[in-house]
Amino acid sequence: MAKYANPGQPDSVVSFKPRYDHFIGGEYVAPAKGQYFENPTPITGQTFTEVARGTAEDVEKALDAAHAAAPAWGKTSAAERANILNKMADRIEANLEKIAIAESWENGKACRETLAADIPLAIDHLRYFAGAVRGQEGGISEIDDNTIAYHFHEPLGVVGQIIPWNFPILMAIWKLAPALAAGNAVVLKPAEQTPASIHVLLETVADLLPPGVVNIVNGFGVEAGKPLASSNRIRKIAFTGETTTGRLIMQYASENLIPVTLELGGKSPNIFFDDVASANDAFYDKALEGFAMFALNQGEVCTCPSRALIQGGIYEEFLQQAVKRTEQITQGHPLDTETMIGAQASNDQFEKILSYIDIGRQEGAKVLTGGEKADLGGELSGGYYIQPTVFEGTNTMRIFQEEIFGPVVSVARFSDYDEAITIANDTLYGLGAGVWSRNGNTAYRAGRDIQAGRVWVNNYHAYPAHAAFGGYKQSGIGRENHKMMLDHYQQTKNMLVSYSENAQGFF
Amino acid sequence: MGDSAVERAEAPVAEVPGSGTKRVALTPAAAELLVRLTDIHGPLMFHQSGGCCDGSAPMCYPDGDFKVGGQDVHLGDLVVEGLEKPVGFWMSASQYAYWKHTHLTVDVVKGRGSGFSVEAPEGVRFLIRSRLFSDEEWERLKDEL
Repeated sequence: MAKYANPGQPDSVVSFKPRYDHFIGGEYVAPAKGQYFENPTPITGQTFTEVARGTAEDVEKALDAAHAAAPAWGKTSAAERANILNKMADRIEANLEKIAIAESWENGKACRETLAADIPLAIDHLRYFAGAVRGQEGGISEIDDNTIAYHFHEPLGVVGQIIPWNFPILMAIWKLAPALAAGNAVVLKPAEQTPASIHVLLETVADLLPPGVVNIVNGFGVEAGKPLASSNRIRKIAFTGETTTGRLIMQYASENLIPVTLELGGKSPNIFFDDVASANDAFYDKALEGFAMFALNQGEVCTCPSRALIQGGIYEEFLQQAVKRTEQITQGHPLDTETMIGAQASNDQFEKILSYIDIGRQEGAKVLTGGEKADLGGELSGGYYIQPTVFEGTNTMRIFQEEIFGPVVSVARFSDYDEAITIANDTLYGLGAGVWSRNGNTAYRAGRDIQAGRVWVNNYHAYPAHAAFGGYKQSGIGRENHKMMLDHYQQTKNMLVSYSENAQGFF
Repeated sequence: MGDSAVERAEAPVAEVPGSGTKRVALTPAAAELLVRLTDIHGPLMFHQSGGCCDGSAPMCYPDGDFKVGGQDVHLGDLVVEGLEKPVGFWMSASQYAYWKHTHLTVDVVKGRGSGFSVEAPEGVRFLIRSRLFSDEEWERLKDEL
């Protein structure tokens, strides 16, 4: 067991600056209006730094820098860009502990997760897109003996990216890596709940990037996000967040006729078929862990397996053991490596989760464990902690239909395959799903019948690069985490060339 | 950190009398905030968001900034003392299908974020408190909207 010192203490592996400005054109620039906002840690509720409160003027300045940098950056060779991405990965790897603790402190998530997942995945993601762009090829179509169509990949130019707070570093890298690999310059707005940790990362890599290729404007959605998303100076906008803002961003994009990629909400089913319990072995243990995955990242994951569907033959026994497994989740100080679940990211998130626990009870769902806020004592009493909560109910209840974004799972029973698929698909969303079965045919069929972009079979919450991630239905547009994302950041140039000496014969 | 929702469930959420509609209402704190925000942004509207990071929360925009259309349900107009124009409350029709059996009260809590909702820079966040309609209310309401 190890407990990292809180940032601000002398032996902490990370020290935040007292203030962060915008990063524009390769340097830190104060906000035009001179305003800053406080950034608290959800671990204790105390403010640890302040951050520039960006406005349209700052966004314009960042767009100026990006437009100045984009033409030359877009002409660099794929090898050159790949080298930079690889060097960024190496630097982040060398500073992994520092960046991981910074992210935990800012977001509230347990450091065993940032150390073992968030930051290692971000590093690998950069390397993946470095490789992907090196391996990317254009196309040649031979139309006829004299006519050839060449297809080239070209960068879009300047793109906007709006990052969520649940994985402040990983989600930023998911968007930055393909955009940079494809040769674009970026204006990125971090979430206002988690604006600082990306700057800790940036300190380690800023010198590798030509000025203006990556620009970070901090601030609130309405003040900085909106001028970015609605700007006629971006050629694409990428957003991770929720449905109404997703629609609003599409509306802005429609005014400028630019493409969007959206990663929106989910209400992911996690289906356990009877045969899971046919032996009490390592696989059964893995399935129980798969149930408890709803608490990963405090449930603040768009793909949180927040609806557990358990088949009738094993329902009582499996659920009883799953609840027991849930109760073994260690809740504590997020900077303690033994802690499995940390703090919710903000007070409003905390309040919202409690309001859902309230409506769940009113609708008649039964609380099998948890159902309350957690007071962990000492300095943590000011933080935002919720007990991992298991509800039992039916799929029409609001807690089965709405993304709570907290450590709350709603459990229902199904009798046969068809009912499992019907319940699984009775949702507005289609981002993630889990299928657990020892029968390959059952697992395969369920995986194909569930309307979701990512179906985990006999595992959950794995996010390796090279496995496409994105939504069906109201969960979004586009596929991240895979080389196909390069296409979302590129134009296709077709050059149609005639090698004939003769007139075409029309005039 | 304020009262938890669990505590509040025992004591019904205070509503501004006459401010709401049959389906949606305001707490006094939310009404007061709407007056302040209207000073800054002009007339306002709500669109209830679905899932993900800042979602499942009412988003407050300058009226007309969010284009509602045929796939949205208008739950009503919230009348606020001191505001000339009532504040419309909207939700996507597909989401409303799962919400229609509950009465919504717009409340406000301390918080950070988010989306493009106009209250975020004030350090607060609108939040929905819900209760089930009584059988009597439901009989009257079920065929509307």
